[in-house]
Amino acid sequence: MTSRPRERILVEDAAPAAASLRDWWRLFKPNVMQLAVFTAAVGLYLAPGEPHPVLAAIAVLAIAAGAGAAAALNNAHDADIDRLMARTRHRPTAAGRIDPAEAWGAGVVLGLVAVAVLGLATNWLAAGLLALTIVYYALIYTVFLKRRTPQNIVIGGAAGALPPVVGWAAASGEVSLEAWLLFALIFLWTPPHFWALALCRSEDYARAGVPMLPVVAGRTATIRQIRAYTWLVAGIGLLPWVVGMAGLLYGVAALLLGGTFVAAAERLARTGADREARRLFRVSIVHLFGLFLALVVDRAVGVTVGAG
Amino acid sequence: MPGDPNGPSDRDAFERRRRSRNIALAVLLFALVILFYVITILRMGARGG
Repeated sequence: MTSRPRERILVEDAAPAAASLRDWWRLFKPNVMQLAVFTAAVGLYLAPGEPHPVLAAIAVLAIAAGAGAAAALNNAHDADIDRLMARTRHRPTAAGRIDPAEAWGAGVVLGLVAVAVLGLATNWLAAGLLALTIVYYALIYTVFLKRRTPQNIVIGGAAGALPPVVGWAAASGEVSLEAWLLFALIFLWTPPHFWALALCRSEDYARAGVPMLPVVAGRTATIRQIRAYTWLVAGIGLLPWVVGMAGLLYGVAALLLGGTFVAAAERLARTGADREARRLFRVSIVHLFGLFLALVVDRAVGVTVGAG
Repeated sequence: MPGDPNGPSDRDAFERRRRSRNIALAVLLFALVILFYVITILRMGARGG
């Protein structure tokens, strides 16, 4: 009889006792949040309409919270497979420091608050798109696609591509063709970005039973796909300049960034080495941040020149 | 006794972490109140103007 209370403490209190604030912060994948925040802020900046700067900042905060909520829900659902992979086994849910049920609760509450704040601060189109982003990542990608198809990150990439559209809608109250162009830039960039990583981690994914392309189709087929997508991304990257959404400064930047991206993919195709896959992964991050930064600089310079 | 979840040091660590989590939640809730207040004032200002 005396051991019962002790058992109860072990079972009920073990996870919260071990979870620090840092664990809770890591639950929201702050690294992934950065990309969502940055691209959403760019969408907000480029869109027509001038929201109050404080409301714009609150909108970016809400989008960041939405991305964090989606990450928490993903961590809650994937604790079992994250535990099997070297890259993810230290995540607080995988390591057992946060109970997946608690992570799920935190994700749902944070997501609802994020959507409500965005709706109140800007408009309900933006809030609806943020809700769609969270549901798409947490349910369609994490629950339905990730463990079922090698096209998981191709279709699931839509979740990561939506933040600039949310930002655009927050500023302008509408979603125009330009916003979908920003979506396309990230959507088509996602497969080569993740497959470059997956090439180096294919044993991890195989152990966890996640059907990433290198596991299912093999290395050569994956590299062929990476190459095709990279050329496509480099081409699509020029479109904002071609359609007049951005000026020559952006066009030159897109050409240089696209060229570097394609060169890295071609080197990977020639050698097939892990080293080149890791290089391509790094180049892909620079590519996307560079493109979005170029859009901002191009607009800022254009506005200044136009005003002068 | 080391490793015993009912040992004094583990209980202390548990209490400490629970307290810091509760304080963080309180701060977040207070921040949310301020946030809703700011949004309301700014939105009303925009409508008034």
